[in-house]
Amino acid sequence: MREITFADALIEALTEEMRHDERVFIMGEDVGRFGMIYLARPQLWEEFGDERVRDTPISENAIVGFALGAAITGMRPVADIMFCDLMAVAMDQIVNQAAKVRYMFGGDIKVPLVIHSSLGGMRCAAAQHSQSLESWFTHVPGLKVAIPSTPSDAKGLLKAAIRDDNPVLFFGHQQLMHMKGPVPEEETLIPFGMADIKREGRDVTVVTYSMMVHKALEAGEELEKQDIHIEVIDLRTLNPWDKKAILKSVEKTGRLLIVHQATTTSGFGAEIAATVAREGFEFLIAPIRRLGGLDVPVPFSPELENFVVPNEQKIIEEVISMVGE
Amino acid sequence: MNPQSELKLQMYRTMLRIRRFEEKLVELKARASIPGLLHLYIGEEATATGVCAALLPNDFITSTHRGHGHCIAKGGEISRMMAELFGRITGYCKGKGGSMHIANLELGILGANGIVGAGMPIAGGAGLSIKMRGTDQVVACFFGDGATNQGAFHESLNMAALWKLPVIYICENNQYAISVAQNRSTSIKDVYMRKDAYGIHGCMVDGNDVMAVYEAAQDAARRARNGEGPTLLECKTYRWRGHYEGEADRTYTYRTAEEIEGWKKGCPIERFRKKLLEEKAFVQEDFDRINLEVKQEIEEAIRFAEDSPFPEPEDALKGLYAA
Repeated sequence: MREITFADALIEALTEEMRHDERVFIMGEDVGRFGMIYLARPQLWEEFGDERVRDTPISENAIVGFALGAAITGMRPVADIMFCDLMAVAMDQIVNQAAKVRYMFGGDIKVPLVIHSSLGGMRCAAAQHSQSLESWFTHVPGLKVAIPSTPSDAKGLLKAAIRDDNPVLFFGHQQLMHMKGPVPEEETLIPFGMADIKREGRDVTVVTYSMMVHKALEAGEELEKQDIHIEVIDLRTLNPWDKKAILKSVEKTGRLLIVHQATTTSGFGAEIAATVAREGFEFLIAPIRRLGGLDVPVPFSPELENFVVPNEQKIIEEVISMVGE
Repeated sequence: MNPQSELKLQMYRTMLRIRRFEEKLVELKARASIPGLLHLYIGEEATATGVCAALLPNDFITSTHRGHGHCIAKGGEISRMMAELFGRITGYCKGKGGSMHIANLELGILGANGIVGAGMPIAGGAGLSIKMRGTDQVVACFFGDGATNQGAFHESLNMAALWKLPVIYICENNQYAISVAQNRSTSIKDVYMRKDAYGIHGCMVDGNDVMAVYEAAQDAARRARNGEGPTLLECKTYRWRGHYEGEADRTYTYRTAEEIEGWKKGCPIERFRKKLLEEKAFVQEDFDRINLEVKQEIEEAIRFAEDSPFPEPEDALKGLYAA
């Protein structure tokens, strides 16, 4: 199969959906001739022009609000928020408006809105450009959250998000944009709520998503040399999330480690841990563990940033410790 | 009756329907017959009525926490609004929204909004959608003087002006943001002057003169439909009741009884009735008949609401996501 980058996979998804449906358009800061900060791909603007690849002022709250207004009146917008950190500026329109309008107005209105953003840092961008805030949005009923780890998943999930009649938050990882991977040429839509087992194993279930999937896979290679076999489950979407896939795996392994880059406290790992403790307790032969970012703002210096974010070595240590319990 | 006279009588009826609907709510709230918060529009009826009279059925509005008047003026059925306020399944939002969240897409009502200023970006987005879909609709975006100090005001007017979107921004300047008088919250007296910051049209009218509001809104709608972009229309008005029902004597911590009485003397509905009588367009019997019909409509709405079932508790779990 051909291999393309994460960024190209996203552009392909947008291009195909914009060709497929003239109601689809993208709006946000520097999305036009500049080709978006992270993707650096002007192809969309070259093909579809200013109207449908719409540069906006630096007004995050209005970017989301305008996209929402367009979504409930016949369009299918993709609002681009450059960094998830900037979503803090748009929280009213995301949380009080987009997430609520369907339910609050009686359940008839459709909100075909995608908010596309990036997260994760690892590029010395410090505290306001490096966060992983995905779990904020899983705490708000009415939103869906997609957070893929591979180009193929990114393309299939973004296409599904654009065709969804609900507000979807779609998070790419800033470090994954140039990562290449196989992506099918034929049209593929990936349904929400379906985890993907990225590596099979019998000893420890490692549930993760986004960039940490790759760290877990690297750890899996190393651990195999020591005859420890981890199963790596990539959630791909956090709302809805695939509880069944995790329970099924834990039934086999008896051990669960949850890994995410987001700070540990109140991270999505807590939700998974609570659920498995309640519904999979009889499968467990060791306490559930969480490995997340340390509970501080992301620091600038690479020495410091590397220290606070999980990596393959920390995953290896955690798994070895669990197996020895 | 010629169309112009018909329209005037219709506007009188709309104002009266808003007034009587809300007077009934005062009574119901005092008896604790309806749950929740109520922000009443009494005294401001001419603004919603004049603006919506200049709109077509497929035009859009966005509304505020003080939204009953906008909803009625845009064609909302009083019975379904009443049912919503009673928390019944037959309400516009099936009992999920209440007073602050009435919406109906078929009527072009994109929603009342509990967050001050939050309807402004949504209205802009509806304007963008109109432009991209190539229709000749317009959006009327209602907000209070308090909302003009939100970031959403600035972001929205800038973007709507930049893209020449067909939006009429209507500032209902009732002079108080809850308890804070405009001169204690806002660096200028006339909000419409902010038009110059965005290079758009703007004007100020007596928001209690329904014909003045109507004519200004018509101008703005014509410009919007011609592709000339948004207008900032300031309507000076006054709310007679407290910020919310239940404010009671605290209302006098920020304004005087004399001030309120002064504004009541200039009641927009009475003013319009007298004007129409002076014009000899109508006779008192016409107004008496409308009064009676509106009274009956309100009574029927109450019966409809009271006879309607509550939602089942489990209905709380329905309607969150579209299939």
